[in-house]
Amino acid sequence: MSKIVNPSVEYPANTWPLLFYGAAVLILAGIMVGLSYILGQRHEDKDTNTPFESGMKVTGSARLRFSVHFYLVAMFFVIFDLEAVFVVAWAIAFNELGWTGYIGVIIFIGVLTAVLVYEWRIGALDFGPNGKKILKAQKEFK
Amino acid sequence: MSFEFILFIFFSLIAAVSAVIMITRPNPVMSAIFLIINFFSIAGLYLILHAQFISIVQIIVYAGAIMVLFLFVLMLLNAKSEKDILSGKNKIKIFAVVIAGLVFAQIAYLIFFSSPGKALSPDVAASIKAGTVEQIGKELYTNYLLPFEAAGFLLLASTIGALVLAKKHFD
Amino acid sequence: MQDFYNILPLILVASGIVISVVIEILSDNSEKILPWFSALVLLSASVYSIMLMNNTGTIFNGMLATGGNVYIFHFIFTIGAMLIILGSIDYIKKYGSYFGEYYILILNAVLGMMIMASARDLFMVFIGLELMSICFYVLAGINRKKLNANEASLKYVLLGAFASGFVVYGIALIYGTAQTTSIDKIIAGFVPLSHNILFITGLFLFLVGFSFKIAAFPFHQWVPDVYQGSATTISGLMSTGGKAAAFSVLIILLSAVAPSNANVFRPYFAVIATLSMIYGSIVAISQNNLKRMLAYSSIAHAGYMSIGLASGNYESIAGIIFYLAAYTFMNIGAFIVISMIEGENDSKLQLSDYVGLNAKNPKLAALMALFMFALSGLPPFAGFFGKYYVFISAIEANLTWLAIVGVISSVISVYFYLRVIVLMYFKEPETSVAVHNSNYGVLAAVISALFVIVFGLFPGTLLDLITSFLK
Repeated sequence: MSKIVNPSVEYPANTWPLLFYGAAVLILAGIMVGLSYILGQRHEDKDTNTPFESGMKVTGSARLRFSVHFYLVAMFFVIFDLEAVFVVAWAIAFNELGWTGYIGVIIFIGVLTAVLVYEWRIGALDFGPNGKKILKAQKEFK
Repeated sequence: MSFEFILFIFFSLIAAVSAVIMITRPNPVMSAIFLIINFFSIAGLYLILHAQFISIVQIIVYAGAIMVLFLFVLMLLNAKSEKDILSGKNKIKIFAVVIAGLVFAQIAYLIFFSSPGKALSPDVAASIKAGTVEQIGKELYTNYLLPFEAAGFLLLASTIGALVLAKKHFD
Repeated sequence: MQDFYNILPLILVASGIVISVVIEILSDNSEKILPWFSALVLLSASVYSIMLMNNTGTIFNGMLATGGNVYIFHFIFTIGAMLIILGSIDYIKKYGSYFGEYYILILNAVLGMMIMASARDLFMVFIGLELMSICFYVLAGINRKKLNANEASLKYVLLGAFASGFVVYGIALIYGTAQTTSIDKIIAGFVPLSHNILFITGLFLFLVGFSFKIAAFPFHQWVPDVYQGSATTISGLMSTGGKAAAFSVLIILLSAVAPSNANVFRPYFAVIATLSMIYGSIVAISQNNLKRMLAYSSIAHAGYMSIGLASGNYESIAGIIFYLAAYTFMNIGAFIVISMIEGENDSKLQLSDYVGLNAKNPKLAALMALFMFALSGLPPFAGFFGKYYVFISAIEANLTWLAIVGVISSVISVYFYLRVIVLMYFKEPETSVAVHNSNYGVLAAVISALFVIVFGLFPGTLLDLITSFLK
């Protein structure tokens, strides 16, 4: 700790808003949860803890096995999230980086745009039934 | 006691407690939720060390994207409880304890017995500046431009690979 | 601009990847265009890597090395992958994953290997390693309908991720102690650093990760299943390009210890080499599946090359590079011949399917015999000189016992290589069904055979070239 808490270095003053904001969020959330715990009514009936299913009895568990398609979406999210992180780092240092940085980020975005268009083209971003395909099939059927 | 020290205690307590809760939950989804709390408190620790970029990346990429991936995997595998997986496999548990002990011993050695001392930069102001997003952007787009572009191709390959392995189109 | 000209092979492959993604987007039958396009890209990259061989140096603040032995590696990767693509054109229809992404992934894997070979920064090494490995994980399981392929892919990704974890942990410790990721700076400060236990731990973890990638003995468990389960052409690429790329990184380490003769890894590599050679050669004898047999032989070859790592002098570096060049062409050739004989659904891979091959298809039998001779290390083929140079380097480093173990295990391995030849030539076929070959596959196998013969007849030329770059 002795190295970090060096008296010659002031703690950056601009971190205060963030800390204040964090504290405010914690306190506010604490008040909300705490007050509703203290003031809220409690009842313990037969169906209190069952999920709502329009008055029907619950059938089976909610833990269904998901399609692998959703996992793909999550992966694309990670990939483009990372891209965003890198681009933000470029944008903040924009003035000092000049054209070299610009070319660098253009190549990076270009590569990932090719991937995005490719995903789009092979239908990785399509959910549910494909409207165009159905219409086409209908026309052919007639 | 400086304010930083109080923050350090606060975040590290949350990190340690949430980590313990995480590994003791029988329900894997609960473990994942506590892992998010762990990620957030570690992001706070990074912030105390003036590593702003790492801290933000920790929240956006780890607590955001990677956790979504984790939860999807849990739902994909539909693992109801750890007991089904680990029951009666004491060898795995012993192995895990040994590995954890090794890692702990190594970190303890790193902190208390090795002398990183001299080589660390004594210039605190410079090291504070090195953690900002601006500085990292500058390094990333000048000195480390090539690994960065290579990372773009890594993302390309992984996307195409995931599609090849999971998309119906190829059947 | 000179900098960009010097890394033209890398730029060519990288832009080839983006263009092939665009072709994949625009075209409906990309699987017919992409093999030719990617083969062309790889061929031009290999031509440029020969042309630029004399422009040695580092660029981008010491991120990448150009010219010299790095470009010999680039030549090996690009030509090897090009042969694999030629061999894939007809094979992949039979195998049942007939789509363009296959070729894009091969190009990406080659880019990863090239980055690994030229990297002079640990970040670059890791990104190249991951780029190559991820493409291999996917390529191993590219046919989702085959259970074998799924198993291979899953095993490979689980164990491979574990090995990558070792590499990253090692890099973190090296960075923590050396305060830099630049390989040149680490090499410059190697002797004082090697007294630091954390640095040595990091280096050891790094080596363990790469021992996995070169398929050396205690880390070999994935090899037989993955090579057997993957498409035959992909096994060919994994066993040659992947191994060569991992060795290209290990060789950089050797250049740190070669001048000062402070080879701290000698015991580690000596043990690994001994175990891999003996285990690979003995277990290969009991294999009936040709792909599995070549997988064990690949473990044994990793052992022979590790002898060079253990001796750790300039002769051994030259020997390993020569060995890798020779091994790449003979192994790719063997896998391509196997891919042509292979039937649908993983049939016709057993030794019994090779009985009397000479009567059914003399061309393939002759090629296969040549590659088996070369792999077993009989003169005058390239394989002999690879082993010879590595063994000589071991004797110069006072590791004569290691060279003797190498010779013994080579003698053991002759048995299972020659068994294939005996079956092909000296036994009558039980069935008289002719084996059809693919023209492109034969072309690729003939090119590999030419390389094997040329390297075998004029080994000095290549070795002198490699040695001249080491000084």
